Amino acid sequence: MHALKLACGLAGLLGLSIANAIPAGAQGTTYTTIERGRDLVNAGDCASCHTDEGGKPYAGGLAVPTPFGTIYSTNITPDPATGIGKWSEQEFYRAMHDGIRRDGKHLYPAFPYPWFTKVSREDVRAIKAFLDTLTPVRQENKPTELSWPLNVREVMTGWNELYFHEGAFKADPKKSEQWNRGAYLVEGLGHCGACHTATNVLGASKTGEKLKGGDFGEHWYAPSLTSGLRDGLGQWSSAEIVEYLKTGANAKSAAAGPMAEVVKNSTQYLSDADLNAVAAYLKDSPVEKDKATTKPAAVDKQALSRGEALYFDNCTGCHMENGEGLAHAFPPLKGSSAVQAENSDTVVHVVLAGAKMAATPGKLAGFAMPAFDWKLNDTEVADLVNYIRNAWGNHAPLTSADAVSKVRKGIEHAGG
Amino acid sequence: MATKLKSVDAVLVGFGWTASILAKELTDAGLQVLAIERGKFRDTVPDFATTHIQDELKYAVRHGLFEEPARETLTFRNSLDQEALPMRHLGSFNPASGVGGAGIHWNGQNWRFLPTDFKIRSHTEARYGKNFIPADMTIQDWGVTYDDLEPYYDKFEYLCGISGQAGNVQGKIQPGGNPFEGPRARAYPLPPLKRSYATVLFDKAAKDLGLKPFPCAAANTSQPYKNPYGVQMGQCTYCGFCEWFACGNYSKSSPQTTILPALLPKDNFSYRTLCDVTRVNLDSTGKRATGVTYVDVQGREFEQPADLVVLCAFAQHNVHLLLLSGIGKPYDPRTNQGVTGRNYAYQITSSVNVFLKENMNPFMGAGALGQAVDEFNGDNFDHGPLGFIGGGYIALWTTGGRPILQQHGAPKGTAKWGGGWKKSMHENYLKSVSVATHGSVMSYRGSYLDLDPTYRDVYGNPLLRLTFDFHDNEYKMSKFETDKAALIAKAMNPQSIKINYREGHYSILPYETTHNTGGAAMGADPKTSVVNRYLQSWDVSNVFVMGSSVFPQNPGYNPTGTVGALAYWAADAIKTKYLKNPGPLVQA
Repeated sequence: MHALKLACGLAGLLGLSIANAIPAGAQGTTYTTIERGRDLVNAGDCASCHTDEGGKPYAGGLAVPTPFGTIYSTNITPDPATGIGKWSEQEFYRAMHDGIRRDGKHLYPAFPYPWFTKVSREDVRAIKAFLDTLTPVRQENKPTELSWPLNVREVMTGWNELYFHEGAFKADPKKSEQWNRGAYLVEGLGHCGACHTATNVLGASKTGEKLKGGDFGEHWYAPSLTSGLRDGLGQWSSAEIVEYLKTGANAKSAAAGPMAEVVKNSTQYLSDADLNAVAAYLKDSPVEKDKATTKPAAVDKQALSRGEALYFDNCTGCHMENGEGLAHAFPPLKGSSAVQAENSDTVVHVVLAGAKMAATPGKLAGFAMPAFDWKLNDTEVADLVNYIRNAWGNHAPLTSADAVSKVRKGIEHAGG
Repeated sequence: MATKLKSVDAVLVGFGWTASILAKELTDAGLQVLAIERGKFRDTVPDFATTHIQDELKYAVRHGLFEEPARETLTFRNSLDQEALPMRHLGSFNPASGVGGAGIHWNGQNWRFLPTDFKIRSHTEARYGKNFIPADMTIQDWGVTYDDLEPYYDKFEYLCGISGQAGNVQGKIQPGGNPFEGPRARAYPLPPLKRSYATVLFDKAAKDLGLKPFPCAAANTSQPYKNPYGVQMGQCTYCGFCEWFACGNYSKSSPQTTILPALLPKDNFSYRTLCDVTRVNLDSTGKRATGVTYVDVQGREFEQPADLVVLCAFAQHNVHLLLLSGIGKPYDPRTNQGVTGRNYAYQITSSVNVFLKENMNPFMGAGALGQAVDEFNGDNFDHGPLGFIGGGYIALWTTGGRPILQQHGAPKGTAKWGGGWKKSMHENYLKSVSVATHGSVMSYRGSYLDLDPTYRDVYGNPLLRLTFDFHDNEYKMSKFETDKAALIAKAMNPQSIKINYREGHYSILPYETTHNTGGAAMGADPKTSVVNRYLQSWDVSNVFVMGSSVFPQNPGYNPTGTVGALAYWAADAIKTKYLKNPGPLVQA
């Protein structure tokens, strides 16, 4: 279990770490470096990928499915034989900054070096210092299961040429210190865009689509973090963003699926100062024109009323007839950006498999929604999801029974 | 040969309401705590999911959440001259098995006992004279007072998020509440549930008769609620599936919905499921417990050493374990000597079916959605001319309208089967309700628990034997209550009513309530009680006993509120008194 880090004190330490702001003398003791490293490791959500289900923390082995095959996360405990025990600070920095392994071979960008390249050298040093304090775990890394030609690591040279922009974070002098801190976290260690930005066929973030929503994989769609009023964060206050990242839910939404993991393993540990910085940065994105028409998507009337009936029978006990949920308990569907996301996979996923909210000190209960896959067929799920995405002023593109079927086949059951 | 395990500070037998409370309080005090539960782990999702749980056949008829008599049961007889036989099916009570215990499948009817309930013998003798108490009635004061327990009642109510209307706040009578309740420090955490139409009619009828009806306090949340442990609850949907079911949307108070999210992540707490505790082990002096022995589901036996042993199982099971372990002298009804097994009591109930003229929509209900009157409970009325002790509340509950077991029957004269029955059911299902009485049962020399001389369980241990019957005092009291209920029923302006008095010997077969009490009675005198006022064994001071097994007799209310209050009271005594100076908290 992670020790809960209290905000004060650490906030100050983190606040100092923007770019190269730390004067050499202030690095102080190893202890403070390690503590700072722990917070940075939390901010980077390293545990989520580098810990297998039921496995030892940071010993790797988690299967990360990609469109190109399965990649297994690696052992980042300080075991000399199987972990990073023999890695020098410089070698570790090269991995973070350039995506190059100790043996000089390329890493795949499932390891988010396109974001980590922005992390300052001092922060990387602190991260390594913390990882070096972990109990070494002797656990061999599993070979990747990528198909040719991607299984030849040299091809990443070309990929990097095309899509990788090496370079540490450069503060924008026109923006506030808080904004810059937020940008550093979101665009760097936080690697939010790894999920929340759409990718091209080669798995690289599309330019111009930054944080406008993306595919996490495994039939989870990461919604837009832009200022979109319908499917972005336009309706969220900074305080609501902070509450969501700190506790896993706010009056507008609750984290489910991979984002619940992110909250559980990462954002709940961020200091209030950092969370406010993230919120300030995200809230500063330009308001863009809503891609969806202003009218609800044209749903077949009969299908809509079937969906409404299904909603009434299955969902109103928690989400209420008006879709507003119950304050502090069950998340609203009305006005939810995740519900109205461009891609319906997340909603379909949650209906089929259920979901569990992150249990954090601020919201201990960790409410879960049961699975409905055993009860509703593909057409019913499609009707229900289309209703939810187009009722109470919501609007979003329609889904189909075929699309539901694909999600059903692709997911593992999370509940009931 | 038992495998000896590493010692813990405190071992809890069972993992229901009282164990959860003790575990939270003792781990907060820094103790390493282990709970051992005979059933499985369960949680709201996936086990109680809304789309699964409203299944009357699976849960109410086939007992999906209860203990299995094939694994653990008891023998029963009405009187000492009979031979007790083992129960092979559950009957008049339904104990649970599994994490959360019966806190999972209760209705959520949450009451405080009356101040006079806690000093029933001294109060009765003072008001009516010593001779008013029959010679074979073994009632006794609790050794703890209402005022002692008030802060702990409050704690349990705020843990659960009880919905209700206070009747007496710091001595000030509150309009709309129960004017007979003891003074409470503050109002309930949540307002009462929405009323059903039937409770509105009951309310009016009771007022017309000059009574003071009030909404029953419910462990079904009328609004979302966050308790002092930081655990959030949802809001009741009035789905009508509380009793014998689990709640699917986090709105019925249970260990799972109020404590476990704050308890389970703690490093100094652990639990083991599917393990039967078979003994509390004592050292050579017999004055100190060294831990417990348990058997896991694979039949392996383990010895779990502990500095403190707290029995948190269901009432009879606590007593069974005390008897098997030789804690306290077994009670002998012939000599009236001994304590363990003494003063078993139960509840006496009756009802009046009311067939109304309008639709009541009984399917919209909640386990504790009810309106009650308390004029005829405890000593709220003059018993002098009546010649009995005790009483009960009279209530109209709208707990649900399930199709198999929960329709209120048909009026007198209706055919019991076939077309005539169907027609009557069709006409009356939406229009019939029931006014219930919930009566106290006193304790007697002939009502007790001991070890069966013949029948043994799977481990070769003697089964627990229950000897119990209703007495004249209870029949008189129940008749009195039922007649009062009938008066209210008639005042509801029905088409007809049907009075169901409680008659004949106690039968363990039809369901009545799961309000089994006594056998490890608390009190001020070690000659008549197993545990002292802090629920600590008189004989083995590092053993505490929780739950309704410590009730010296059974008042006219549902027990859970008092079970919760006593658990907090005992936990506080352990934390603030016992741990500082382990040993007897009251000198015998």
